Formats: sequence, structure tokens, C-alpha cells
Amino acid sequence: MLKKILSKSIAIALLSLSASAVFAGEVEVLHFWTSGGEAKSAAELKKMLEAKGHTWKDFAVAGGGGENAMTVLKSRVVSGNPPSAAQIKGPTIQEWGDEGVLTNLNSVAESEKWNDLLPSVVADAMKYKGNYVAAPVNVHRVNWMWLNPAVFKKAGAEIPKTWDELFAAADKIKAAGLTAIAHGGQPWQDATTFESIVLGTAGADFYRKAFVDLDPASLDSEAMVKAFDMLRKTKGYTDKDAPGREWNMATAMLINDKAAIQFMGDWAKGEFTAAKKEAGKDFLCMPAPGTAGMFTFNIDSFAMFELKDEKNKAAQVDLAKTIMEPGFQEVFNLNKGSIPARLNMDMAKFDTCAKDSSAEFVKSAADKTLVPSMAHGMAMFSAVQGAVYDTVTKFYNDDAMSSKDAAKALASAVKAAQTK
Amino acid sequence: MVTKWLERIMPRLVLAPTFVIALVFIHGFILLNAWLSFSSSNLMPKYDWAGFIQYERLFANERTAVAATNLFIFATLFILICLFLGLLMAILLDQRIRGEGVIRTIYLYPMALSFIVTGTAWKWILNPGLGFEKLMHDIGFETFQFDWLVNSEMAIYTVVIAGVWQSSGFVMALFLAGLRGIDESIIKAAQIDGASLPMIYRKIIIPGMRPVFFSAFIILAHIAIKSFDLVMALTGGGPGYSSDLPATFMYTFAFTRGQIGIGAASAMMMLMTVMAVIVPYLYSELRSQRHA
Repeated sequence: MLKKILSKSIAIALLSLSASAVFAGEVEVLHFWTSGGEAKSAAELKKMLEAKGHTWKDFAVAGGGGENAMTVLKSRVVSGNPPSAAQIKGPTIQEWGDEGVLTNLNSVAESEKWNDLLPSVVADAMKYKGNYVAAPVNVHRVNWMWLNPAVFKKAGAEIPKTWDELFAAADKIKAAGLTAIAHGGQPWQDATTFESIVLGTAGADFYRKAFVDLDPASLDSEAMVKAFDMLRKTKGYTDKDAPGREWNMATAMLINDKAAIQFMGDWAKGEFTAAKKEAGKDFLCMPAPGTAGMFTFNIDSFAMFELKDEKNKAAQVDLAKTIMEPGFQEVFNLNKGSIPARLNMDMAKFDTCAKDSSAEFVKSAADKTLVPSMAHGMAMFSAVQGAVYDTVTKFYNDDAMSSKDAAKALASAVKAAQTK
Repeated sequence: MVTKWLERIMPRLVLAPTFVIALVFIHGFILLNAWLSFSSSNLMPKYDWAGFIQYERLFANERTAVAATNLFIFATLFILICLFLGLLMAILLDQRIRGEGVIRTIYLYPMALSFIVTGTAWKWILNPGLGFEKLMHDIGFETFQFDWLVNSEMAIYTVVIAGVWQSSGFVMALFLAGLRGIDESIIKAAQIDGASLPMIYRKIIIPGMRPVFFSAFIILAHIAIKSFDLVMALTGGGPGYSSDLPATFMYTFAFTRGQIGIGAASAMMMLMTVMAVIVPYLYSELRSQRHA
């Protein structure tokens, strides 16, 4: 009798052991979240996965823009040993899809109802040829304008809603001896400001035609010339030391009451909160002039690679599932300053800027004013994006170049970069 | 019999591993890169044949011309100024002054720093609102202006300044060694003949240092062509892409823009540039050896 029970329990123990062994695999996640808040977010994902019995092999490659990480990733894929997932976003997902190395996540997407949880714009960005290959972690809004109300008050200027009001206020701030627009003169930051100007002056349809469809007539158009004029005008309100400055140093100018306005995505909020500033009081977040109700998005996501090992494959599926779970989406985005990628989340813990962002995201998706960010690799292939960067930054730094020439150069550079 | 065979084979055996490693990892990869530059590679390397497309795209790009011009400006000024300052410092130090060891160490020290450190330090020194210009304003020279770092026309010259600061001490050390290597008796003889010190330097010592000039030139030239970290730290290639060099161009296209083909093509162009400098030098060196 005793013997029987014993053998039975051993059998059960073995069974349960083997059952967990079947599902426990290893996920190796390549990411470049190495700064404070980001690293904390990655650790959160690790904890959740380990709770599911998998082992997490961290594959963090430092370097904010992910250039180093992409180089490492290429060498891993070439050698036939890709990580489970890598932080890849936008059209780059399509480029990797073309290489035929991404795995199909349709089964997990179906069982978890991703199609209902994600806005179609986000869902489409996660698919290659109609199949899910990536999982989104957040949505950043890029067309933000950050303001320091104290500086406005000191200069006796009004908080602007339109470009004209902005320049009027900027004149007053400049006269008061302060910097009106805090800017970092790096190609991507020039492009970030430019993208908000194009959206604000020419509208979402034009933006889409120019930066998504890459229509040559739109790229070399009167509207684009006007946008370039405007970009040059904003340069007049930046300080002399801007070239080469990092974006967070520009944000610091607002934090230290040295500058009034910065055009930057909502990751800037992380800097404000880290400096113990309060949204709505110490700093304001507003859409860039003319872009109220519009939304340029930048979505971070993890693309999943085709693996050979069955256990690791199961772990990979769990990883995709975990990324989309409300728990992770909330914790992650509270740390990162962005908003969750999935709809219908409880936003109670988020600040006013994030709540605004979330509301605008849903509304702009319905109004068809939701557009991918050109400056952040969501709208075009990296080669084309590079060509746009080159033209915009050349124009920004070369005062002898006319807006008309810039528009012409933009159209021809984009065309040249498209030929394969 | 066996020992004789071993004696014959031993040197080859000892050299074989390094030979193979050099062959594969230097020359093999150069060939691989050459192949990539003729392929249609974009995001990932592809091993097909696409003709001269990548070279056409390379030369159609405006940044290529900027990078090449910048390399020309940088290399010329960097090499000439380094040679001049290095020689000058070496001659001054050669006057048997007191505390030579200390001074030599001070001049040579920048070489111990990496280019990243040099670049970052000079970025702060040259920043108008932070460094030199602000210092001048603070001590009363309100109209003083030195904004090369943020001026797209002048940014490349700030790279020259930082590069010269880093490398001229090293050139000085080379020249100092050369100066000390010159036979004292020749100088004594010249002095007895009544030649002045500048005359001795001009007519005897400096011409006698030809090999040192050559080594210094070769080292400086390759530092100039491969310059990457200095530009990255100092200007980041900016403002805009006005201080781009071929090395930063190649990195940008191959690794951040997903255009490996163009990157490979530009790397081949850099190789050609180096060859254009090195091959005539090697040729002359080997020929003079045969004569000797």
C-alpha cells in the first residue's frame, strides 16, 4: 500500500516536473534600454517572465539610438543564431521581414485578441505581409511642445497656440535676455522640429503624402518651402550653443528656467519628472502649434526571430504575451513617459500629459490625423529617412541655402535613396 | 637528416598561424568587403553581383564630396602643423635645457589620452557658451568671438586643432630621437668651420632626418585617414554633416542607415586612398634597400 502511494507520488512529481520542463525555455532579449528609467522597465519584463518559469538572458547593448545593438544583431542573424526578440521598430520591421528571419506570431495574437486590443495603425506596424511578427510596448507622441510657464511670465509673454503667437511670444522672451526655443542641433532633433512644423502648417494629409507616400510633387511643393521657411525662423530663437547639444540638455534648459519652449517627444517628460517638476504647474505640455488633434507616433516594439529550439519557442510566445499584458504595459509606460500601446487601459496612474496623449491617440486614429513620425523611423526605410535627415540638417545649418532649393533637394534626395 | 628537415621547416611552422590569421582576417576581409561593395546589400549582406551601383550611389551622394573635402583639409593641415610644431618643439628641447625630462613628458602626455577624451575635452573648451569664448567675455573682452565649433564652415578646423594638440607631442618625441641620433662629430666639424646654429640645423641636421620625416608622415597620414572617434566626440560630424569624414560617413551608411553596400564602397575608397599614400612609399623604401 505504502509502496503504491510512494510510487504514485513519485510518478506525479516526475510528471509535473517534466511538464514544467517542456514549457520552460530561455528568452534572450536584445534591447538598448540601458538608462535609468528604461533599465527599470526592462527589469520589470524580466521579472514577469521569470514568474512564468522561463529564464531571461539579458542582451543589452548600450547606445541610445540602438545603432550598436543593430550591428550586434546583424552579426548574430548572419551567423544563424538570432536572439528571441530584438527591439526593432517601424519600417525596419519590414526590412527584417524581407530578410525572412522573423517568426509568425499569429497564433498568440489570435488567442490574445491583439486585433481588438490594438489600434489598426499600431497593429499594421507590427505585421509583415499581414502576419504579426512583433509586439508593441508603447506609443510615444512626438509632436509635443514643452513650455516653462515661469519663463513666459518673467518675459510678459502669452502661452502661444498658433505659430504667429509663438513667434510674438518668442520675441518678448528673446528681448528679456532668455532663450526662447531650446534646441539640440543634431540631425534627428532638427528633423523632429521640422516634422512638427510640416504637420502644423500643412496638415496630416499633406504630411502623409510627403513623408509616407514620398510623393515627389508634395516634397517639392509650396507648402514644403513654407515649412522650411518656418524652420529657419525657429532657428533664430535658439541659442548659439545649440549645435551638437543632446536633447536632454535642451530639456534641462527648461528645467533650469533658462529657456521657454522645446519641441520634443514625450520622453522629455522623464527628464522633468526626474527633476521633480510637476506637469501642468512647473511645465506645460501642448501639441506643437497647429497640430492639436493630430498625433505623430513613435512606437517601440520587439520583433521576434525564428528560433529552432522548441522550448525557447514556447518562451518566446510567453514573452510576446507578457509584453501585451496590461500589467507590463502600465509599469513600463509609467517609467518611460509614453502611453500603453493597447487600448482601453486604465490611465488613472498616469499624469495629465499622458492622459491627453492617450485621448488624442484614440481621437486622431478615428479622425485620420494619426501619422507615423518621420524623424523617429516610423514613416520610411532607414535609407530614405537618412536622405531626409541630410537635407533638413544641411538646410538648418547652411544659412545660404534657400527654402526653395531645400525643397527641391529634399525631393531629389528621397528619390535617389529609393532606388534599389 | 630529420634534424635538418626540422630546421628547414621550423621557421615556416612557427610563422604559419600568424600568417594564416593575417591572411584571413585582414586580406580575406578586404576581399569580402570588395565583394560587398559590388553587391546589392542593404540591411544585411548579400552576396550577389550588382555591378557598380553602390559606387554610383556613393558618388551621387552630396555627403561623399563633403567627407572627401574635409579629409583633404584635415589631413593636409593636421600633417603639416604636426610636423612643423613637432620639429620646432624637438629643436627647442634639443638645446640641452634644464628639466628636459619633465617638459618632454608634459608635451608627450596628450598622446596617452584616447581621441574620445581629447574630443570631449575640446568640445567643452571650444563651446562658445561654456569654454574659451565665455572665459574671454568674463575677463572683459566682450567682443571676443571664437565659435568655430558651432559654425558649419569652420567646424572641420576645430578637429584639426584637437588632432594637432593630441599628436604633435608624439611627433616631437620622434624628432627628438632623430636629432639625438645625428653624429655629434659632424656638428662639431661644422661649428669649427664657423657655421651658425640655425645654419647647422637647416643644412645638416634637418636633411639628415629624412627617414624620421617619412615615419612621422606615414603615421600621421594613417591617423588622419582613419579618424573617427575624434570627430564623433568633438562635433558628431556636425553641425549638420559639415565635419563628416570618410570614416564617419562609412559608419553612418553601413550601420545606421542599413546601406551596407554604400558603406562597403566608401570603405574601398578609403583603402584606395591609403594605398595611394603607402604604395609609393613602400616602393621607394624597397628600392633604396636594393641599392644599399
